[in-house]
Amino acid sequence: MKEREITFAEALREALREEMRRDSSIFLLGEDIGVHGGDFGVTRGLIYEFGKERVRDTPISETAILGIAAGAAATGLRPIPEIMFADFLGVCMDQILNQISKLRYTSGGQMKFPLVIRTATGAGIRAGPQHSQSLEALFVHIPGLKVVMPSTPYDAKGLLKSSIRDDNPVLFFEHKLLYKLKGIVPEEEYLIPLGKADIKQEGEDLTIITYGLMVHKSIEASKEISKEGKSIEIVDLRTLSPLDKETIIKSVKKTGKVVIVHEAWKTCGLGAEIAAIIAEEAFDYLDAPIKRVGAFDTPIPYSPVLEDKAIPSKDDIIKAITEIL
Amino acid sequence: MEQLLIPKEKLIEMYRKMLEIRLFEEKVAEVFAKGQIPGFLHLCIGQEAVAVGVCMNLRKDDYITFSHRGHGHCLAKGTSMRKVMAELFGKSSGCCKGRGGSMHLTDIENGVLGANAIVGANIPIAAGAALSVKLKGTDQVVVCFFGDGAANTGAFHEGLNIAALWKLPVVYVCENNLYAISTHVSTSTSVKDIAIRATAYGIPGEIVDGMDVIAVYEASKKAIERARKGEGPSLLECKTYRFCGSFQGDPQEYRTKEERLEWEKRCPIKTLKEKLVKLGILTEELDKKIHEEIKANIEDSVKFAQESPYPSEDEVGLFIFA
Repeated sequence: MKEREITFAEALREALREEMRRDSSIFLLGEDIGVHGGDFGVTRGLIYEFGKERVRDTPISETAILGIAAGAAATGLRPIPEIMFADFLGVCMDQILNQISKLRYTSGGQMKFPLVIRTATGAGIRAGPQHSQSLEALFVHIPGLKVVMPSTPYDAKGLLKSSIRDDNPVLFFEHKLLYKLKGIVPEEEYLIPLGKADIKQEGEDLTIITYGLMVHKSIEASKEISKEGKSIEIVDLRTLSPLDKETIIKSVKKTGKVVIVHEAWKTCGLGAEIAAIIAEEAFDYLDAPIKRVGAFDTPIPYSPVLEDKAIPSKDDIIKAITEIL
Repeated sequence: MEQLLIPKEKLIEMYRKMLEIRLFEEKVAEVFAKGQIPGFLHLCIGQEAVAVGVCMNLRKDDYITFSHRGHGHCLAKGTSMRKVMAELFGKSSGCCKGRGGSMHLTDIENGVLGANAIVGANIPIAAGAALSVKLKGTDQVVVCFFGDGAANTGAFHEGLNIAALWKLPVVYVCENNLYAISTHVSTSTSVKDIAIRATAYGIPGEIVDGMDVIAVYEASKKAIERARKGEGPSLLECKTYRFCGSFQGDPQEYRTKEERLEWEKRCPIKTLKEKLVKLGILTEELDKKIHEEIKANIEDSVKFAQESPYPSEDEVGLFIFA
């Protein structure tokens, strides 16, 4: 395998380009995705290869972007709408909550919705409370929708390609602070199946269950702990819905101790669901209470001092680990 | 005597279809009152001319989307009474296998992309189906039916703007029946005629007598041909009235009996019948035959629905994912 290092954004762009070359029913639509290339540059240059019919700039009309994607998907195309910031999903929530995730079911299976909603998520760029949220739990709650959040360029490419080929709607979260992250991505084609977590680091003494940017913070935290002779297993969920319960339970059974880490608010975050699953299915294997690390329950503040305080830090993760290790 | 350019057979077909919808809805109300249909019901009695006048111009492979008041649209587009009735009963032989019910009627085989119970949500979805047609290069047309209430949603603005901007093959048909449940258009809508909003999107807008199936047929014919030729969307506002409540059991305190009786004088089925009789196209004998055929079909659909099984409990999780 030929390997080279590219960024997370480049990996996503490669996935889009390869899939659009393979399948002419795929098209992109969203705000400023054409010549501008999207606010984070993911679609940069694609308009020159595929033209403005397949890389469609839209007005600021999130409801129409997703409504159009739904209508096009129901009639045989494979749209990839981009919602510039995940926060804006609130503007078009109806199309996700009541349309895209439901119409296959209400039609008794007559329609399918093969579409991927790409969106930039997360805090850390001092963008304030309407451009920094981690809202994935809201969407994992909805049946009929798959939810994906990669942590590395390799995973980003393989998961996006699988999402595009999936016949169901996928909400694909891309963490803003990861776009520039470099990593090894083979030139040869590969896919990563949805619904499969990845052990990013093997360990014996404690399991961290996490995803997205927090995978990296968790690895940093685990390095500090390993100095004390303890080894931490890191489970990167990659797909948040459907959850890979098997990998979660297997790791819990192995280590007996669990810390769940996410950048989203702690209250009713995905960690609550995961903790409940572990309590239901692997309670007897636990040697300590389950710990959750999530954002402070506040709008994400603007001031750097406050923003850094609001979202989980390496030290927060270390603290949670040491409490039960 | 008034001359009509529409072929005789077509006029009879319009009459038959409107009558079919009317009698179907009356039967649905009756069966609902007996407790055989669950949930709640929005009937379109009085508004039949809109769905029929428009759908008479459509091909089987054209698409329609509509609101929660859509039994008539589904029948007008070609879905069988059996499939609709069984769906209302929540039976597995319904068009949606009992998963959708009255407010989600869908029948892809006949181009029925679906009713939608979120007011206005079908407006951008129709634009998406139209974009699909455009990108595939076929000459299908999408018709999106919605009510006066939907014309005040954000989805209306976003959908019509993009449909006009991208010249999509979609016709927007607003059925203005004066009331969004109890709210009169005069208390909800900044303009007297919703059709005038077409100007804001740079597309043709037309006010149509929604109680006259021929007027609806003629106006939608133009709009559909325009869309089929790739010249973009139109907005038709069909002024109409529902003779029944917004939903079954609606006390209708928001309007007077006198108002309803005035509109009932303009019943689209009655006026077409008078016209056709005058023209010698419809005889009492033929009318009787049509009534009998429709009634037999309706009785058949009820029997079919009653005798069909409910979906298996084990299949509650079916159709979530493809």
